[in-house]
Amino acid sequence: MRIIQGNEACVEGAIVAGCRFFAGYPITPASEIAELMSRRLPQVGGVFMQMEDELASVCAVIGASWGGVKACTASSGPGISLMQEGVGYAAETETPCVIINVMRGGPATGQPTLPSQQDIMQARFGSHGDYEIIAVAPSSAQEAFDLTVKAFNLAEIYRVPVYVLSDEIVGHTREKVLLDPGVEVIPRKRPPREGYLPYRPGPDGLLPGMPAFNEGYRLLVDGQLHDETGNRVGHDPEASARLVRRLCEKITSRVDELTDVEELFLEDAQAVVVCYGSSARPALEAVYAAREQGIPAGIFRLRVLFPFPARRLAALARRVRALLVPEMNVGKLVLEVERVAGGAQVVSLPKLGGALHTPEEILDAITSVLKEGGR
Amino acid sequence: MHPLGEKYLRKHTLPTIFCPGCGDGTVLSAFLRAVDELDIGEQLALVGGIGCSGWIPVYVNADTLHVLHGRAIPFATGLKVTRPERKVVVFTGDGDCLAIGGNHFIHACRRNIGMTVVMLNNAIYGMTGGQVAPTSPYQARTQTSPYGNPEMPFDACRLAIASGATYVARWTSGHPRQLTRAFKEAILHPGFAFIEVLTQCPTQTGRYMKGGLDAPALLKDIRAGVVGKERAASMSPEELAGKVQIGTLHREVRLEFTEALRQLTEGDGK
Ligand SMILES: Cc1ncc(C[n+]2csc(CCOP(=O)(O)OP(=O)(O)O)c2C)c(N)n1
Repeated sequence: MRIIQGNEACVEGAIVAGCRFFAGYPITPASEIAELMSRRLPQVGGVFMQMEDELASVCAVIGASWGGVKACTASSGPGISLMQEGVGYAAETETPCVIINVMRGGPATGQPTLPSQQDIMQARFGSHGDYEIIAVAPSSAQEAFDLTVKAFNLAEIYRVPVYVLSDEIVGHTREKVLLDPGVEVIPRKRPPREGYLPYRPGPDGLLPGMPAFNEGYRLLVDGQLHDETGNRVGHDPEASARLVRRLCEKITSRVDELTDVEELFLEDAQAVVVCYGSSARPALEAVYAAREQGIPAGIFRLRVLFPFPARRLAALARRVRALLVPEMNVGKLVLEVERVAGGAQVVSLPKLGGALHTPEEILDAITSVLKEGGR
Repeated sequence: MHPLGEKYLRKHTLPTIFCPGCGDGTVLSAFLRAVDELDIGEQLALVGGIGCSGWIPVYVNADTLHVLHGRAIPFATGLKVTRPERKVVVFTGDGDCLAIGGNHFIHACRRNIGMTVVMLNNAIYGMTGGQVAPTSPYQARTQTSPYGNPEMPFDACRLAIASGATYVARWTSGHPRQLTRAFKEAILHPGFAFIEVLTQCPTQTGRYMKGGLDAPALLKDIRAGVVGKERAASMSPEELAGKVQIGTLHREVRLEFTEALRQLTEGDGK
């Protein structure tokens, strides 16, 4: 047990998960991740590189992943924007990698030292073309550790870039963290020796394993739409569509197994706060305060943001009167919530400017939505 | 098919996308000869940028990453540092390497990371249809410089040397034997090796810049514009005006990046 920042917890989580390569470029409020990686990685036989920019960083990460090691990068706002072409490449070539976004306020240089949750849709849709990613959203330093480990595991299982959507508050708040060296770690799956085709999915729709370069497989890894051998098929609409559909469905068809939510007081809840990341902290306090006053409020906190657990939330929405969505942005995840809310009232609680919601703000919203009565 | 092709090409990717008369095929075969003579097929890690020349490694039956426009070098960097004994070779165009990828290029030179970067210089953007490149001559007419190029071209080799590359050579697609030798030297060189190949693009350079010259005429034109480094040493400035020097232009041994990493982190790190 140590008292450390969320950023440090991400580093320790990555190392426990087997990360042995990090490439990055300094930016507030993510810099501590690079700084600590530069110290820690050589101690475990890994490599740290400070690259010339963020796109170079993510490209080096992808190269390292095909080089045979687990790899990640970390950045914030402008740097994450620069990475996007590489993120799409990783999605298309099914390269496991982890991207930590310690979110700050935007757009442009924005608010370097203040938190936001403004980049969540960029994580999902930031690169060009159709693809799907996975994104986890820690609320505390402990979760920065736990969910970074999870991000690496998911990247290996699903062969997909996975985002850790942290923010300035999670990144910089010092808290007690149990750096459990015994957590479950998914090793890189080895390819079969016979009849291996790099892009032929197994019966489960996932790729059968991933060799590194120079292991005798003579891989062709290409950002073009490709067939099972890796050869381009961009001219073939059917083969191209098949690949893009599989890239999306390998994630979207597994929502249930990927769902990771914390649910509190939902048995009799009438108003449920749907939350994630830092804004889940005041949300939790607000719900505790509501319960003390006998107000039937509950929490639905997403630890995995994408794929979005639409069915699970829709089922909940049928039993409650209102869903409240506090976010440090203009109202982004609330769009997903509205999509599945059915008859439940949806209240968006946007917070801009780099400040966290106060528990009172959320409590007030809970009481007023329940006071309004009826549907 | 030529026995080298039989041995080293990825048959299912053929035919190539190269136009008739393109110099990229010559460079590919010179490279395969070097690979064969060094017998390093299994250690190769090839990376191609985006552009016609970035396709060269796609046809080679070795581990290959075909990546993003301008970013071949950072991808190659990840491959190199994860296993320094890999023979990492990057194929890139003049636009890929010097325009969109210019920053990565100079920083890789500075790091002296052990890889070979082969830049095919056709003085134009080939794949996208003949737009001006950072290597297009002053006043050159292209699809995006219809009144003549107002910019001055880069000398890629001088840029590489100034940035810290430790092996720098320039040849043309009319020098296949020298190219094979240069590939072998570069691949065995313990540091960042850069080879520029001046090459003909009849489809774009020939059509837009050179008044419709075909491949043999273009190649003649390229060869007329170069002079060997040794011969240049005895020529007057007047005789040298407008000539580009070819040969091994620079060679030094300086601590290679992954070796520096190993040395610095072995003591404290572990
Ligand atoms: C980010 C990005 N911008 C632009 C392009 C379009 N593009 C493809 S190849 C190319 C230039 C090719 O020229 P060069 O690098 O000189 O290679 P050549 O085709 O002449 O061998 C461009 C601009 C792209 N693929 N990606």
